[in-house]
Amino acid sequence: MIEAVSFLPITLTVNGVEVTRVVEPRTLLADFVRDDLGLTGTKVSCRLQVCGACTVLVDDLPVSACTYLAVDADGADVRTVEGLSDGENLHPLQEAFVEKFALQCGFCTPGFLMMSKALATENPTADRAEIIEHLEGNICRCTGYRPIVEAVECALARMRKVPSE
Amino acid sequence: MSDVPRPLKIAGQSVRRRDLVEKVTGAAEYCVDVTMPGMLHAKVVRSDRAHARILEINTGEALAHRGVVAVVTAADLKPLFPRFGHIIADHWILASGKVRYYGEPVALVVAESLADATDAAELVRVDYDDLPAVLDAEEALAAGAALVHEESYPATADDSFKILAGGVHETDASVEDRPTNLAHEVTLEWGDVDQAFADAAVVVESQAGYPMLYAYAMEPYNAVASYGDGELRVVSTAQHPYMVREDLARVFGLPLAKVRVIAPYLGGGYGSKSYTKVEPLAALGSWVTRRPVKLVLDIEESIYTTRVDSAQVQVRSAFAADGTILARAFDIVMDSGAYADNSPLVLAKCVNRCFGPYRVPNLRVRGRSVYTNTAPASSYRGFGAPQGNLAGETNLDRAAEQLGIDPADIRRRNLVAKGESLLPGKRGMDAELVADLDMVVASLERDRRDEPGYGIGFGCAASDAGAFPVSTAQVRIQTDGSVTVLSGSTEMGQGSRSLLAQVAAEELGVDLDQVAVVQSDTAITPYERTTGASRTTTLVGLALQRACADARAKIRQMAAEVAGVSPESVADAPGGVELPDGSTAGFGDVVQRWFGGSAGEVTGIGLLRREGPTQEMPPFWEIGMVGVGVDVDLETGHVVVDQLVTVADVGFAVNPKAVEGQDLGAATQGLGAALYEELVYDGPQLVNANVVDYRVPRMGDLPRKIDLMLAERRDGVGPYGAKGAGEGTLNPIGGAVAAAVARAVGRWPTRLPLTPERVWRLANGIEEDD
Ligand code: FES
Ligand code: FES
Repeated sequence: MIEAVSFLPITLTVNGVEVTRVVEPRTLLADFVRDDLGLTGTKVSCRLQVCGACTVLVDDLPVSACTYLAVDADGADVRTVEGLSDGENLHPLQEAFVEKFALQCGFCTPGFLMMSKALATENPTADRAEIIEHLEGNICRCTGYRPIVEAVECALARMRKVPSE
Repeated sequence: MSDVPRPLKIAGQSVRRRDLVEKVTGAAEYCVDVTMPGMLHAKVVRSDRAHARILEINTGEALAHRGVVAVVTAADLKPLFPRFGHIIADHWILASGKVRYYGEPVALVVAESLADATDAAELVRVDYDDLPAVLDAEEALAAGAALVHEESYPATADDSFKILAGGVHETDASVEDRPTNLAHEVTLEWGDVDQAFADAAVVVESQAGYPMLYAYAMEPYNAVASYGDGELRVVSTAQHPYMVREDLARVFGLPLAKVRVIAPYLGGGYGSKSYTKVEPLAALGSWVTRRPVKLVLDIEESIYTTRVDSAQVQVRSAFAADGTILARAFDIVMDSGAYADNSPLVLAKCVNRCFGPYRVPNLRVRGRSVYTNTAPASSYRGFGAPQGNLAGETNLDRAAEQLGIDPADIRRRNLVAKGESLLPGKRGMDAELVADLDMVVASLERDRRDEPGYGIGFGCAASDAGAFPVSTAQVRIQTDGSVTVLSGSTEMGQGSRSLLAQVAAEELGVDLDQVAVVQSDTAITPYERTTGASRTTTLVGLALQRACADARAKIRQMAAEVAGVSPESVADAPGGVELPDGSTAGFGDVVQRWFGGSAGEVTGIGLLRREGPTQEMPPFWEIGMVGVGVDVDLETGHVVVDQLVTVADVGFAVNPKAVEGQDLGAATQGLGAALYEELVYDGPQLVNANVVDYRVPRMGDLPRKIDLMLAERRDGVGPYGAKGAGEGTLNPIGGAVAAAVARAVGRWPTRLPLTPERVWRLANGIEEDD
């Protein structure tokens, strides 16, 4: 059974850089950024949209890249964990995660960071309950979550003081 | 290792963990991120039967598919040793002759792309002839049951298994000549149990079922392997790369030195990545194609690769009227699935741990690990302790209720004292258990509410932890005085990379940022038996202290030669030496001057074996002391954890925040098993082999109050009095939750997890129909 495979060209911005690639229509955004672009910071675990590990931002909104087609990101502005810091200093969320020991193995972390980044944009004054509700779709098997909540609280507070972030 | 306590500068500080920065930027490399030039991709074809004879495997169509390079089956195993397993080498790399569980690898499709391999895997046709299957332990033990294995396999030469498993009068009754489904049997007995039961004021009988779990490390099992020129290189998600190396060397008939296993950062382990998993499959793909092959399982495949042993435990305990334990008898049956893997050791540990850290004058434990036609079970955080502890602690709580004694008091009365023997012939207790328990109870009572539906529970555990004390470490002092630490231990999130840097910096008196740590590459880093059983701080820490002392001795010798003084007159100084004239020289100076020019390097070597402080087994007792307070909604059976209280009796916390993190993580996994998690078989297949239906704790499940306490009495054999951490708090959580729920609803559960339906049934006295 040899099927003809059609490929489609897509052009999108990833972490501020415009890229054009030809992909199979079934290619998932997570595999596209990891395999085609070599941005392996985005992690994949459940592949069922329930663990949040693969979360990236598409036009500032968080999506599960494990179930999002790369072709649907055509023309979009995609941000992955590699695009979170400015390359010199850690983003306040990253800094707070390190300080508060909000990760151990780190496999869930890129997803938590991107999900939290979306919260920072959407609701910069989120309180503890709102943080927990927002992050309910992300699984962490190592930390028991409390340090993550603390890190996000701390980062949001710092970002409110320095609003440029 | 000087005995004179000296002020510590770096050890004991919650220093920033160096691996975390790499991990938050996305730069950290995990196995799943690794590629090799010319790499192919593999997909496993799996059995869709629980137990069936393989009649024919038709690979033609798959081979004709675009991009397919090879379809590997058991026929390709002929020139190789076809099985792995570090205790019993019973685990076929690819099913041969018959399949023993749904999900067992039958063939491996290797192709240019993962998409091609996945598509072609659908085209492999396997004809089966179904055999009767045994799907749980009870069925498997019944007379005339179908056999999972018709033959028995010789045990591997790993004699440390015996030492690790060993209690007294332990008999390893692996049945060699009359095949049954009994994979392994262990008994442990002392005293006159029958007499003690006859003399008892009260005898309490109970049973407890511990669920079949999945550890769910978020990075699934995966490996990249490259075979060529009689050498094999494998990058994998292995917790114990050295043990995997042994299995692979046996399979391919290669010298150990020609097998290189590398374990980069692991996306979670929790014991579930101990021992060999997908490495032989990836290596086999490369051996056939002579190109590097990458194999990444999905989560469903990972669940079918290794799950946790479920257990049914019957307990009888005899008490004097004042609550003193007179005797205990346990009967443990573990469902270990289709292959033994590490289950014999899990069983042996369960036997050693089920009766709790109590003075038990008369004891009888029988444990059986049973083959069934289900996914193979192996190690998980706690190693048999959670299964046994649930049964033992619930039984004790029920006894307290019957005797009208406070559940804390019955424990205080029976807990072994410091130095007292728990297992004959083993190291005496190295912790103050009553003091630890008092900390838990005080915190719980402070916030306990006297309301209907509210209950508290607590539990105690002590595990013969640390595994077999063989460890080696090296430090390399560079010409600028900076230090490279080499260790075969694995960084799976527990923070060993940072911890080892702290120990080296402390010992050598250099700044933390002058220390680099390289881990888990069998070709580069020195031997490490395993990374598990909470051993790294204690055992690798000791080996590393010795390596630092060795490096210092060499440097003193070199400084003496250069300065023309006697070696005895040279003293240690922070980051260097002090000469008799009072001047100091940094490590880098000494190295450069001894070699001449600006070249050279000095390597210190540290070796650890069973001798001196680590002669007695276990190297340390890992203590688990926890308490919970729960709110039960009596209408719905929904349980909310109001309080989680833990004491980590770690001797000394090299990085206190990292220890806290391990404790909360372990406790949270324990809460998962207590309240939500259970793999469920319905017929040959799991009904919930995914993270949607297999529910793990989420952020919204966070206990309202979390109190993580540290007990640091410097009473361990490790560096600065440290003992291990990382599993302890998981072990007694199940029993604590069971007791809290029982006190809230007025009836004792006999199995976990306590899902809303089960709790509702319990509250209303309605039996489970199962
Ligand atoms: S991998 Fe995408 S949500 Fe889990
Ligand atoms: S840090 Fe390991 S899963 Fe979150």
